[in-house]
Amino acid sequence: MQLVLEKRAERSKTVALISPLIAIGLTIVTMTILFAVMGKNPILALYVYFIAPLADGYSLQEIAVKATPLVMIAIGLSLCYLANAWNIGAEGQFLMGAVAGSWIAVKTQGIEAGHWVLPAMLLLGAIAGALYALIPAICKVKFGASEILTSLMLVYVADLLLDYLVRGPWRDPQGFNFPTTAEFDPVATVPTLIEGGRLHLGSILALIVVAAGAVLLGKTIKGFEIRVVGAAPRAARFGGFNANQLILLTFAISGALSGLAGIIEVAGPVGHLQPGISPGYGFTAIIVAFLGRLNPVGILIAGLFLALTFIGGEQAQIAMKIPLDVTKVFQGVLLFYVLACDSLILYRFRIIFSAPQVARGTH
Amino acid sequence: MRNTTSAGQHTSATPLLQTVALTKRYGTFLANDKIDLDIWPRQIHALLGENGAGKSTLVKTIYGLVQPSEGELRWEGRNMVLSGPSQARARGIGMVFQHFSLFDNLTVAENVALGLDGKESFKEISARLERVSHSYGLPLDPKREVWQLSVGERQRIEIVRALMQDPKFLILDEPTAVLTPQEADQLFVVLERLKSEGRAILYISHKLEEVKRLCDTATILRNGKKVATCNPKAETAASLARMMVGAEIKEVKPAATREITVPRLAIVDLNLEPDDPHGVHLKGISLELRGGEILGIAGVAGNGQDELFAALSGERLAKDPGTVVIEGIAAGHLSISRRRKLGAAFVPEERLGHGTAPRMRLSENALLTGHVAGNMVLHGFVNTAATLNAVDRTTKTFDVRKAKRDPEAASLSGGNLQKFIVGREILRNPAVLVVNQPTWGVDAGAAAVIRQALLDLAAGGAAVLVTSQDIDELIEISDRIAVMFHGRLSEPLPTAEASREKLGLLMGGSSLEATEQAHAAGT
Repeated sequence: MQLVLEKRAERSKTVALISPLIAIGLTIVTMTILFAVMGKNPILALYVYFIAPLADGYSLQEIAVKATPLVMIAIGLSLCYLANAWNIGAEGQFLMGAVAGSWIAVKTQGIEAGHWVLPAMLLLGAIAGALYALIPAICKVKFGASEILTSLMLVYVADLLLDYLVRGPWRDPQGFNFPTTAEFDPVATVPTLIEGGRLHLGSILALIVVAAGAVLLGKTIKGFEIRVVGAAPRAARFGGFNANQLILLTFAISGALSGLAGIIEVAGPVGHLQPGISPGYGFTAIIVAFLGRLNPVGILIAGLFLALTFIGGEQAQIAMKIPLDVTKVFQGVLLFYVLACDSLILYRFRIIFSAPQVARGTH
Repeated sequence: MRNTTSAGQHTSATPLLQTVALTKRYGTFLANDKIDLDIWPRQIHALLGENGAGKSTLVKTIYGLVQPSEGELRWEGRNMVLSGPSQARARGIGMVFQHFSLFDNLTVAENVALGLDGKESFKEISARLERVSHSYGLPLDPKREVWQLSVGERQRIEIVRALMQDPKFLILDEPTAVLTPQEADQLFVVLERLKSEGRAILYISHKLEEVKRLCDTATILRNGKKVATCNPKAETAASLARMMVGAEIKEVKPAATREITVPRLAIVDLNLEPDDPHGVHLKGISLELRGGEILGIAGVAGNGQDELFAALSGERLAKDPGTVVIEGIAAGHLSISRRRKLGAAFVPEERLGHGTAPRMRLSENALLTGHVAGNMVLHGFVNTAATLNAVDRTTKTFDVRKAKRDPEAASLSGGNLQKFIVGREILRNPAVLVVNQPTWGVDAGAAAVIRQALLDLAAGGAAVLVTSQDIDELIEISDRIAVMFHGRLSEPLPTAEASREKLGLLMGGSSLEATEQAHAAGT
């Protein structure tokens, strides 16, 4: 008996839709085994991970808060990936956006600046993220440097810059030597949507980004260019579309959205600049982008799902002493299964019973 | 079913190879439906059929690359099951593929050594290679690297590699598709010699005159079924074509009067270095093409046709704007979109991946070249209704057959996709159409539609530049024919003066004067 992968004549739409679900299912099975091996009750663990966070209002808000940066970043990444440009450094662009936006907050601290502060911070964050993303993009276009490596390496540069700033020039003088800026002024803070709640304006912005992404990809000629360049580069050139320009464009958009997500995170839920503002949003967003099939609406759903794993992971740590690293294992396993299941869209499994000894009756 | 070959011709009582009710299914699609075929030694057997008739599947089954779903292969009268090509080779079945499987950066001898199954040393292989190639009049230098060789020489490698295994039965898939008429003649001499040595040959082709000249028996496939086995010498090309297609092929009719008008496309001393190390350097190419005119460019593949197409389309830009002039405007430095705006349209050779994005819908592929002008894009937004409308118009005008209104490009058959691509460009009313291999790998019906469309476009006043390896096609539709060789373009000949022989000599690199002399000496 032999198991072979056979190419499909046309792409299967049904499988394209259910393949993420199959991947989630396989991930849950794998995690169940993992929990069992760790000596934890798998059923209880899965409950704490996936069901409990959905049961109370606080957790639901927290899911939206966590999903906000994931979705924003992933929409940008999906544009890159559709155009065959591999931006792996969204985490760095996120941090640069946070740093650049915080600069305004730090400089206007306590001088009763007007309401222009927050919009300026958001704008500067987005610009900084875009410029930071353009470094690997330009290296790719001008010198042919692998954008995968350069964008990834720039993550650590951004991380160390942030670290330096909050330990040095921007450190809060009243902060007992903790590496953090002072708490941002109210005009430099993203307003919450519910009195006393955690849900903030950034989540609305994320929804707008989703809608804009859907319109861009589905309705505009630019979106078409992005898709053709990725799907058939030679045909794109024949169509008159400039692949290099699109690499620059998608990296810039992706960097801007990552930077915006970064400054929103700092000026919103965190409230000040400090190391560790991101639990790896820029990397998790890669999973979100693929789990969402590089489709804006899919990314929204995937972002909420991945946010659930963050919240569930925290609760599992508190309730069952499951280490937080298990959440990262979970996300890695999920990405692995998503990519594996994707081959089913273009291929199908077929079982061949015994080598054809007699060339007859094998069907 | 006809069988005009009398058994008396055969020296042995059983065929060398038989397929008995051989059937191959892909899902519900029957690629081969109960095919019976007898191959005798000392015979050249033609396998005829349109694209998609099942020829490739059948020979791949015989060569062990494909497992039959039902039916049986018999070798010298006994049942034979092949699990792979090496088993076929071990029995004495050799195959020369249409698309060469050679490594460009390796030498001739290295390529041959890689394809052999035995335990010979490299030195022995080189020596034997030289011996075999000389004894069959297929000279090859074992030490040359493949990328330096012409297409004809590359094919020689494949043939010699097959002959070095001393096959009893040799399969050749469209061997003359890439050869000049003279090279083809040389090949026929070799095939006759192989036949006289008692070997059997299965010869796949769709060039009917060639088959009539060379082959002893012909089996014709249509839609996966065997239609007839006959003696091609006793048939006419028209009767063979009828059996292949199953209907009369519409004859292509040029418009009675075509007015030659203003110059629409000019190439002025175009020189272009290749951007890939194995590409062709274009040298001093000049020509002028007027409205109402069809100019054909003949030549063996790989002599700079692709490079010329890229330079004309703007996929590669020339340094000097004046080298390409479209509608009187220097366009050598303009992008492909700007050239389209000037009224040019382009149809590349490769349908999937170049002319269309395979996994995108036809409407999106209409947008691919249609976005520059017209109503498909408004303020950056795509007008989906307009793109679908373009698909519908192309479908209707050019009889594009497809399963649904707007399928993925890759799901169309070659002929239908080509009709779509050519139609997409023609419906944009171009003043200049540059088309590369318009009917390559396209069934006869679709080819006739496409040729007619090109003639009609020229009749409407456009200038059409057609590059093709099919000399008969060029003679059929062109007003003038030029030949491309090693990156140079010959002076165009009026079609009336361009005999196959003359074109063949030019394709082989002779100059026009030498060709004239040879012609004069010959007559």
